[in-house]
Amino acid sequence: MRETVSPNLLELSNIHVSYGRAEVLHGISLAMKPGSIVTVIGANGAGKSTLLNAVMGIVPSKGTILYDGAPVPRSVEGRVAAGLCLVPEKRELFATMSVEDNIELGGFLRSATERAETRADVYSRFPRLAERRKQLAGTLSGGERQMLALARALMSRPRLLLLDEPSLGLAPKIVVDILNIVAELRKTGVSILLVEQNARAALEIADEGYLVELGDVKLSGPASELAVDPALMESYLGAHG
Amino acid sequence: MKIERLLPGLAGIVLLSVVPLLPVPPFWITILNNIGLASLVTIGLVLLTGVGGLTSFGQAAFCGFGAYTTAVLSTNYGVSPWLTLPLSLLVGAATALPLGLITVRLSGHFLPLGTIAWGLALYYLFGKIDLLGRYDGISGIPPVEFAGYRFLSDDSIYYLIWFFVVAVAIGARNLLDSRIGRGIRALRGGGQAAEAFGVNVVRAKLTVFVFAAVVAALSGWLYAHMQRNVNPTPFGLSMGIEYLLMAVVGGSGHVWGAIFGASIVLILKDVLQRFLPDLIGTTANFEMVVFGILLVVILQLSRDGLWPLVLKALPARPPKPVPVSDRKLSRRTLAPAGTPLIRVDKARKAFGGLVAVNDVSFEVPAGRVVGLIGPNGAGKSTTFNLITGIASLTGGTVFYQGQPMSGDSPRQIARHGIARTFQHAKILPDMSVLENVALGAHLRGSAGVFRSFLRLERAEEAALLAEAAIQLDRVGLSEYRDRSAGDLALGQIRILEIARALAADPTVLLLDEPAAGLRHGEKQELASLLKKLREEGVAVLLVEHDMGFVMGLVDHLVVLDFGTLIAEGRPADVRKHPAVVAAYLGGAA
Amino acid sequence: MTSNMKASLSANQEPGQNLSGIFRNRRNSLLDAMIAAFLIQDGITNGAVYALLGLALVLLFSVTRVIFIPQGEFVAYGALTLALLDGAKVPATISLLVSFGVIAFLLDLWGMRRGTDARTFLRSVGLNLVLPGAIYGITAALAPLGLPSVAKALLTVLIITPMGLYIYRIAYRPLADASVLVLLIASVGVHLAMMGLGLVFFGAEGLRAEPLADENYTVGMLMVSAQSLCIYGATIAIIVALYLFFERTLLGKALRATAVNRLGARLVGVRTHLTGVTAFTLAAAIGAVSGVLIGPITTIYYDTGFLIGLKGFVAAIIGGLGSFPITAIAAIGVGLVESFSSFFASSYKEVIVFGLIIPVLIWLSLSHAFHEEE
Repeated sequence: MRETVSPNLLELSNIHVSYGRAEVLHGISLAMKPGSIVTVIGANGAGKSTLLNAVMGIVPSKGTILYDGAPVPRSVEGRVAAGLCLVPEKRELFATMSVEDNIELGGFLRSATERAETRADVYSRFPRLAERRKQLAGTLSGGERQMLALARALMSRPRLLLLDEPSLGLAPKIVVDILNIVAELRKTGVSILLVEQNARAALEIADEGYLVELGDVKLSGPASELAVDPALMESYLGAHG
Repeated sequence: MKIERLLPGLAGIVLLSVVPLLPVPPFWITILNNIGLASLVTIGLVLLTGVGGLTSFGQAAFCGFGAYTTAVLSTNYGVSPWLTLPLSLLVGAATALPLGLITVRLSGHFLPLGTIAWGLALYYLFGKIDLLGRYDGISGIPPVEFAGYRFLSDDSIYYLIWFFVVAVAIGARNLLDSRIGRGIRALRGGGQAAEAFGVNVVRAKLTVFVFAAVVAALSGWLYAHMQRNVNPTPFGLSMGIEYLLMAVVGGSGHVWGAIFGASIVLILKDVLQRFLPDLIGTTANFEMVVFGILLVVILQLSRDGLWPLVLKALPARPPKPVPVSDRKLSRRTLAPAGTPLIRVDKARKAFGGLVAVNDVSFEVPAGRVVGLIGPNGAGKSTTFNLITGIASLTGGTVFYQGQPMSGDSPRQIARHGIARTFQHAKILPDMSVLENVALGAHLRGSAGVFRSFLRLERAEEAALLAEAAIQLDRVGLSEYRDRSAGDLALGQIRILEIARALAADPTVLLLDEPAAGLRHGEKQELASLLKKLREEGVAVLLVEHDMGFVMGLVDHLVVLDFGTLIAEGRPADVRKHPAVVAAYLGGAA
Repeated sequence: MTSNMKASLSANQEPGQNLSGIFRNRRNSLLDAMIAAFLIQDGITNGAVYALLGLALVLLFSVTRVIFIPQGEFVAYGALTLALLDGAKVPATISLLVSFGVIAFLLDLWGMRRGTDARTFLRSVGLNLVLPGAIYGITAALAPLGLPSVAKALLTVLIITPMGLYIYRIAYRPLADASVLVLLIASVGVHLAMMGLGLVFFGAEGLRAEPLADENYTVGMLMVSAQSLCIYGATIAIIVALYLFFERTLLGKALRATAVNRLGARLVGVRTHLTGVTAFTLAAAIGAVSGVLIGPITTIYYDTGFLIGLKGFVAAIIGGLGSFPITAIAAIGVGLVESFSSFFASSYKEVIVFGLIIPVLIWLSLSHAFHEEE
C-alpha cells in the first residue's frame, strides 16, 4: 500500500482552461477531503461546468490535478477506472437503450461480480428505476433521468462523484429529492464535488463551498458561512441597485 | 493600383507564357495542358467544397456535359467550336441547376453521398446513350480555329487552356472578394449568421454549385478539342475523386491552391506511371495506391492542404489599403423613442410535451434597452430564437411595428432592420475582421454574381467596406481590421458581432449574452456604446447573465423562469422581487 | 480507369443478367410466373449479400461516424483469396496482411516515442506482428495442401478479418476527432489505396471461386443452388449473431452506447479506440464472409468490390445509416430492383440502382432534423 501523502482526495492547483484563444478558467485552486461534499456555486457562465469537465479530463487543462495524492491518470477512461465519475449537466444518457442497459454500462470497467454487487445496491437505492428497468431511458421524466444518471455513475463504484447541476430543469419538489439522495450518498463514503446554480440548496448539504465568478474563485469557506455572505447575493443578482 | 500587390500574378503569367518557347521536353507541355484542364475543374471545386463547404465527388460529370455537347454539335452538325463554347457552358449550367436544387438541399454527409450517386449514374448514362457513341465515344472532333489558325498542336492549345485558367482564377478571386463571395464564404460556418444578415443561403449554395459546374463544362469543352475525341472514362467517378484529391492536396480554401494541387497530383501521377513499372514490375494504375495514401496522410497531417504551407514560405503581401468611399449608403429613419417596435404576444414554444416558453408577452420600444434574464434553462434563448425566426412559434405572435412576422425566415426578419448577435459567436474565423463586419451590410448592397465576377461593383463594394470600417472604429476594433477574425479573443469576437449587427443599420438590436467573457473595462465600453445607441433611437433587447452589467444598463427587465414570465419592470424593483430572488438563489427566500 | 470500370461492369453480370439473356426472346410476352420466381430468387440472393454489406456500413457509421466506402474491398479481397485457395495457391493477401500489421506497429511505436509501459508494447507486438505472422505461417503451410471448402472459407475469413483492425489503426484512429465529411474523404482515399493494392496483389484478371457446395435442389418449379442456401443461411446467422452481440454482451452494448451518445460512453469508461477497433474488425469479418459467399456466384475482379459495396450503401442509406432492420429489408429491395431492371432494362441497371438513392437522400434530408457537425 502506498502511503497517502496528502489528506486531500482531490487537490486542484492553478487550473487554467481555454477554449480556442479564450481563457475561461484563470487559475482555480481547490481542495477537498475524503468523504466530504464540496460545492462550487456561481452565476451562469462563471466556468463551473468547465471546472468539472477539466477534472474529468473531457477538456484539456493546465495546472495540476492531484487525486489521492498522485497526479490523476491522463485519459477519461483512466480516471473512471481510478474512481472519478462525472454526472454531466445534460446527463448524457443512452436514450434509445433500456434503463437496465444504461445502468449496466455504468459498470463497463468493473468485473462481473463487482457489477452484480453494485447493481443490487443501486436498484435498492432507486426503486423507481427498478420498476422501469425495461423502459427506454429517453422516455423517462426529468427527475427519473437524473436518478438514472446517478445510478449509472454509481455502477462505476466511484470514490469521487462530480455532479454538474443535478437540479437543472427539475421542478422544485424533485430538486429536494435529488439533493437528499446526494446527501445520502455521502454516507456510503463517496466524496462529492457538486456544481449547483441553486446556491442555497447546495450550501445546505455541502461542507465547503467555493463561489466562482468569471473563471476565478471569488470566495471560499465553510458552506454555512458562505450561505450568509452578502457577496453571494451580489454575485448572483448584481451589485447595482 | 499598388503594383507590388499585382507583381506575383504578373510574374506567374509571364512565366506561363514563355514556358512553351523554352527548350523543354514536349511531354512537359502535355502535362501542363492536363494541369490547366484539371485546374479549371478544381477551381470550381475549391469554391464549392473548400469555400462553400459542399463536398462533391461528381464534378467530372459536368466536364462530360461540356465535352459531349461540343463533340455532338461539332461532329454531327458541323457547328463551329466557338459557337459550341457558350452552348457547352449553358448545358453545364442547365444540368447543374436541377441537380444543384436537389443536391444543396441534402444535409451533412448525405450531400457528398448524393454526388457519388449522381456521379455514377451519369457516368453509366454517358456510356449507354447512342447519340454519345456509348462506351466508344465520339471521335473526329474538329480543333478550335481562330482567324484561320487551327489550335492543333499541344503548344498552341496550351495558350488557349491557360488563358481560360488565368481568366477563371482571377474571376473566381473577384467573386470571392465581393458581397456575393462573402455570402458564399459564410456558408461553411453553417450559414446561420449569413441568413441572419439577409443572405439567401440556398441561393448562395446554388450559385457556387452552378459556377463549379460551368467551369467544369469549360474544361470539358477544351478537353474535347484538345483530345479530338471523347468517351465516358474521364467523366466517371474516379476522375471526380481525383479532382477532389487535387482540391484537398492544394488546400481546399484557396483558388491558387487549386492549380497547385492539380500540378502536384498530375506531376506525381506522371512520375509514378513513368517509373513505378520499372520499380515494382506492374504496369497499371499503381498511382491509385499512392493517391489514396496521399489523401489520407494529408487529412491526418495538414487538413487544410499544402497551399497554406507555401503561403507561409512566401513573403507576406502588403495589406489592402483602407477602404474609402464618397458614396453614402442609405440609412433607415429611426422611430421616435418609446414607439413599440417589437411586441411579443403570448409567445409559446413546446418541444413535445415540454413547454420551453409559456405564453410570454413583452415589448421592445425604440430608444430603450430591455433585458431578458432568468436562470439556466429558463427559456431565454428559446424566446430569443422565436423573435429571430430560428425557432417556430407553437402559439402566439411576434409583431414588428404592428405587423405580425411569425413564420418569417431569419432572412426576412433581417430585412426589417432587426440585427442580432449569437450566444455562441458565429463569426467566420478565416475572414478578416473587416469582412466579417461587411457581411452585416449585405442587404445594403445589390451587386450580383456577374458584376462581381467581372469586378464591376467596386464602387458599391468600397462603400460597404467603408461602412464596415466605420462600425469597427465605433466599437474600437479598428486596429484589428486586417487580422483574421479567428485571432481575436472571445470578448473581442463578441464586440465584432455587435459591429457586424451595426453594419446592417438596424432599428432593433438583439444581443445574446454580449457581456459573456468580457473584461471589466470592456463591459463598461460596451455599456456606453449601448447607451449611445439608445440615444440614437435604436431598440435593444439583450439576454444576459451578468446581472451587474444588466442592472446598470437596462430600462426594463423581463424575468423568465421555467419558461414563464415571473416578473418585469424597472431593474431596481425586479431585483427585490421575491420570485426573482428565489429563482436565482434557490430555496424559499 | 475505363478498363477497370468496364471490367467491373462485365464482372457484375450477375445471374439476373444471364437470365435476361435466356429469356430475352420472350421479353414481349407476358412475364410468366416462372421468370418472376427466378428473378425474385436471384434478387434475394444478391440482396442477402448487399444486406451483409449494408449492415456492416451501418455498424461502422453509427459507432465510428466513418462512412466506409471501402467495405466492398473486403468483399473483393475475400472472394479473391478464396479463389486462390481453391487453386491451392498461397494467396497474396497474407503478405498484404503482414504489411498492414507492420505499418500499424510502426505507428504504434511512433505513438509510444514519449515512453510507454511493457504491457502496451507487448500488446502492440502481439496484435500487429505476431498475429499476422501466425496467420501468414498457417496459410503458407495449409494452402498448398488443398483444403476442404469449409476450411478454405474459414481461412479466408481469418486472413481478412484482422485487416479491419489495421485499417482503423492506420487510417482512422489519427482522425478520431475529425468531422464526418473529413472521414468520408479519407474513406475515399482508403478505397483508392485498397483497390490499387488489390490490383497489385491479385492482378487485373478476374477470378471465380468454387462454390461451397455444388448441389442443386428443385423446389416446385424453382431450382435452388446449395450456394444460394449457403448465402441465406450465412446472412441469417450473421444477423442473429450481431443481434446477440449487441443485445447480450456488455461490449456490444458499449458499441451501441457509443453510437447513441459518444460523450456518455466515454464517461462510463468506454474507450473510443476500443469501439473503433471492434467495429472495424466486425466489418472486415462480415466483408470477408460476403466475399466467400459471392465469390462462387460471380467473377470477381480487384475492383468489383466497389460496385457491390455501393449497392450495400444504397441499402444503408435507405436505412438512414442508422437502422439495421430497414437496411436489411432495403438491401433485399435493392437486389430485387437490380434483378428486375437487368431483365427489363439491362443497360440502365446501374443508372436505376444508383439513381434510386437520390430521392431517398432528399427524403432523409427533409425528414431528419439533422445538425451538421462542425
